[in-house]
Amino acid sequence: MNPDASTIAAGAPIEVDLSPVAEGQDIKVFWRGKPIYISHRTKKQIDEARAVNVASLPDPQSDEARVKSGHEQWLVVIGICTHLGCIPIAHEGNYDGFFCPCHGSQYDSSGRIRQGPAPANLPVPPYTFVSDTKIQIG
Amino acid sequence: MSGPSDYQPSNPALQWLERRLPILGLMHSSFVVYPTPRNLNYWWTFGAILSFMLGMQILTGVILAMHYTPHADLAFKSVELLVRDVNYGWLLRNMHACGASMFFFAVYIHMLRGLYYGSYKEPREVLWILGVIIYLLMMATGFMGYVLPWGQMSFWGATVITNLFSAIPYVGESIVTLLWGGYSVGNPTLNRFFSLHYLLPFLIAGVVVLHVWALHVAGQNNPDGVEPKTEKDTVPFTPHATIKDGFGVACFLLLYAWFIFYMPNYLGDADNYIPANPGVTPPHIVPEWYYLPFYAILRSIPNKLAGVIGMFSAIIILCFLPWLDAAKTRSSKYRPLAKQFFWIFVAVCILLGYLGAQPPEGIYVIAGRILTFCYFAYFLIVLPLLSRIETPRPVPNSISEAILAKGGKAVASIAVMLVAAGALFLGSMRDARASEGSDKPPGNKWSFSGPFGKYDRGALQRGLKVYKEVCASCHGLSYVAFRNLAEAGGPGYSVAQAAAFASEYKVKDGPNDAGDMFERPGRPADYFPSPFPNEQAARAANGGAAPPDLSLITKARSYGRGFPMFIVDFFTQFQEQGPDYVSALLQGFEDKVPEGVTIPDGSYYNKYFPGHAIKMPKPLNDGQVTYDDGSPTTVAQYAKDVTTFLMWTAEPHMEARKRLGFQVFVFLILFAGLMYFTKKKVWASSH
Repeated sequence: MNPDASTIAAGAPIEVDLSPVAEGQDIKVFWRGKPIYISHRTKKQIDEARAVNVASLPDPQSDEARVKSGHEQWLVVIGICTHLGCIPIAHEGNYDGFFCPCHGSQYDSSGRIRQGPAPANLPVPPYTFVSDTKIQIG
Repeated sequence: MSGPSDYQPSNPALQWLERRLPILGLMHSSFVVYPTPRNLNYWWTFGAILSFMLGMQILTGVILAMHYTPHADLAFKSVELLVRDVNYGWLLRNMHACGASMFFFAVYIHMLRGLYYGSYKEPREVLWILGVIIYLLMMATGFMGYVLPWGQMSFWGATVITNLFSAIPYVGESIVTLLWGGYSVGNPTLNRFFSLHYLLPFLIAGVVVLHVWALHVAGQNNPDGVEPKTEKDTVPFTPHATIKDGFGVACFLLLYAWFIFYMPNYLGDADNYIPANPGVTPPHIVPEWYYLPFYAILRSIPNKLAGVIGMFSAIIILCFLPWLDAAKTRSSKYRPLAKQFFWIFVAVCILLGYLGAQPPEGIYVIAGRILTFCYFAYFLIVLPLLSRIETPRPVPNSISEAILAKGGKAVASIAVMLVAAGALFLGSMRDARASEGSDKPPGNKWSFSGPFGKYDRGALQRGLKVYKEVCASCHGLSYVAFRNLAEAGGPGYSVAQAAAFASEYKVKDGPNDAGDMFERPGRPADYFPSPFPNEQAARAANGGAAPPDLSLITKARSYGRGFPMFIVDFFTQFQEQGPDYVSALLQGFEDKVPEGVTIPDGSYYNKYFPGHAIKMPKPLNDGQVTYDDGSPTTVAQYAKDVTTFLMWTAEPHMEARKRLGFQVFVFLILFAGLMYFTKKKVWASSH
C-alpha cells in the first residue's frame, strides 16, 4: 500500500524561476501534491524573524537555519499546517507570516510556529539554488 | 442460537435439508421461539432498526457503486451525474447519505439504552465489546464514505483525519503515507478508501452476527434488569418481538423519509457541493455531526498527540465499562444517583457535539476542556464511585412482578426522545459560512419551497434567458445538458425547442479523420459549453478569481441560520439558504462603500459577500434583458428568475422528489398504523 512507482516518479524534483517574484510577494507551487510557499521577504520581515529570542519559541529554530545563506530574502516552506494539515494563508496573522484558518495556528515570517495548537514549524522542503534566480525543490 | 433445536419442518424437502444443514432450526430457535423478556420497551426496537439500516446501506451502496467512478478527476462529476441521469439516482444517493446519519442516530440511542439499563454488565460483557467494535467499524466506514463524493469537505476532512495518525511517535508518518498512497491526499487515497468503504460494511455484518449470537447466548437484558426466571417472564420472539420491531422500524422510516424526500441536505455541508481543491482550505472544517463530540475532545486538548489519544480513548473506554461500573443493580431505573448522572452525561455529549461545530476559540475552548473532563469523569470517577456508595432501590423479584407494579413511565421516555432529537439537531448545526462578517440574506418566497413546492415554469424560462445573456459570458453550467431543458420538472420546453436551443451553440468535437478538432452545432445530448477552457484561463481573465460553475451554486452556498432557527427549519422544511444567498448577492452591490470598509482595486463592494470585496462587477441592471411575457425587467425580478433557474440546475429532480415523498408518507403512515394495531392485538394477552 506504499506509493506506487508512478506516484514516486511524479514526485521528482522541480525547478522554480524566482525572477518574477517581487519583494514582499510570494508564490505557491505544488510539489508532491503539497503546496510550497516561496516568499520574497522584505527587510522588515527578515529583521523581525531574526530579532526573536530563539529559546523562547515552541519549536526553537533560528531563521538562519531555515533559509540558505546568501539568499536570506527567500523563505521556502511547505504550506501545510503541522497541526492537522490545512493550508495556512500567507501575509496574515500577528507575526507577518502565515495564519491557519482551521484551528488558528500562527506562524511568523520564518514559518515558525508562534501561537496556536500546531506543534512544529512549517517544514522546509529540500531545495538548492541552481542560480541566483532559480531553485530546485526536491 | 441458543442450543440444539427440536424444530422439525413438515415439508419432506425441508426435512431433507434440515438433516444435512440445520439452518431452518437455527432460524426457528433464534427468531421464532426465542424467549424474549415480556417487559421490553420501545428502546429495544433499535436493534432491529439498526439491522434494517445496515441492510439498507449495503443495498443502496452496492447500486451506487455501479455508477460511481473512484478517480480524483471524475468522482465529483460521477456523483452529480448519477443523481441527475441514473433512474432514481437522486433517491439512491439521498437514501445512502441520509441513511448514514440515521444509522448513527439509531446507534447512539442503542448505545445510550445499553448504558442506562446496564446492558453491558455480567454476563453480557462480550456482547457489549462486540458492539463497541461495530461502532468503531461504523465510524471508519462513515468517514471513508464521506470522502468518496470528493467535494471540499470530503477532501479536507480526509486530510485532517488522516493527519491524526501522524501524531503517533516514530511510525506515525509511515502510517499516514500508507493511508495516502502518496505524498498527500490524492487519487490513490480515494481509490483505497473506496475499496475499504465497500469492504467494511461486510465486516460489520459479520460482527453483527457475532453480536446477535452473543445476545442469544446471554439473553436480552430488560428495563428492570432482572433475568427471566419462569416462562411467564418471556414471550416468544415471533410474533411478539417481530411485530413490535416492525412497528418500530415503520416509525423510524417516517423520520428517515422526512430527510430523504424533504431535507436531503439538512445534515450535509454546503461546501461539499464544491469540487475538492487541494490549494484552498475551507474556512471552517467540520466533520459530520456524528463525529462532533469526539472532534471537540480532540480540539480541547492543546497537545497534538494527547488530543489524538484523548479522542480515541473516548471510544475505547467504553470497552472497559463492564469493569468500571461494578454495581450489582443493572437498570438505572433502580439506581437514583446513576440515573441523574446518566442524564448529565447525555447532556455533556450533546454539548460536546455543539462545541465540535464551533470555531476553536475563546470560551468554546474552555467549555470544551471542562466538558472533556466531565466526559471522562463519568466513566473513571462517577461510575466506579457510585457502585460503592449508592444504595439502589429494591429490584423486583421477577419480570412478571415488575409488569404488575408498572406505573406510567411515558414522561421519561418522551424526555429521552426530545434529548435524542436535540442531539441530532445540535449536531447538524453549521457555522455561518457565506454570511461570516456580513449581513444575513433576506428571506424570499420561493415557488419551490415546502413539501409541495414546484418550479415556476415562467421563472425557469426567464432565468434561462438571463443566464444565457448575462451569466454565461463568465460562468459555466457544465452539469446541465440541453436535453434537460425538455425534461419533466424543468422549464417545460418541448424536445424540438430544446434541440433548437442546442443548435444555437457551437460545440467542440473531434478529432475527425484528419485528426483535427472541429466545431459543430450543439445537440440535445451536449452539455452547456463553458466560457473558459480551464480554471487557469478563467482565473487569468477575471483578475485572479475564477467565476464558479453555476450548476450547483444554490446548493454549494449557504449561511448559518443559528439557534433556534435550525430546529424550526427541521419542521418547516426550510432548505432555501442557498437561493436566498444567491438572490441577495445579485442585488447586494452598492456603489457607495460604507465607512471603515476598504475594497481592493479591481473588487466591488457587495453587502452579502463574505468579506464584502467581490471580484464580479454588478452583473444585472434594470432593463438589461428583455422579457416576452410582460414580467417587470428589474434587477429584483432578474435575480429571482435566475435564482429559480439555478435551483433547478442544482436539483433537477426536486419535483419528483417531493411528489414521491408525499406518496411514501401516505403509505408509511398507513403502514405504521396497521403495524401498531396488529402489535396491540398480538400483545393483548401479554401485558
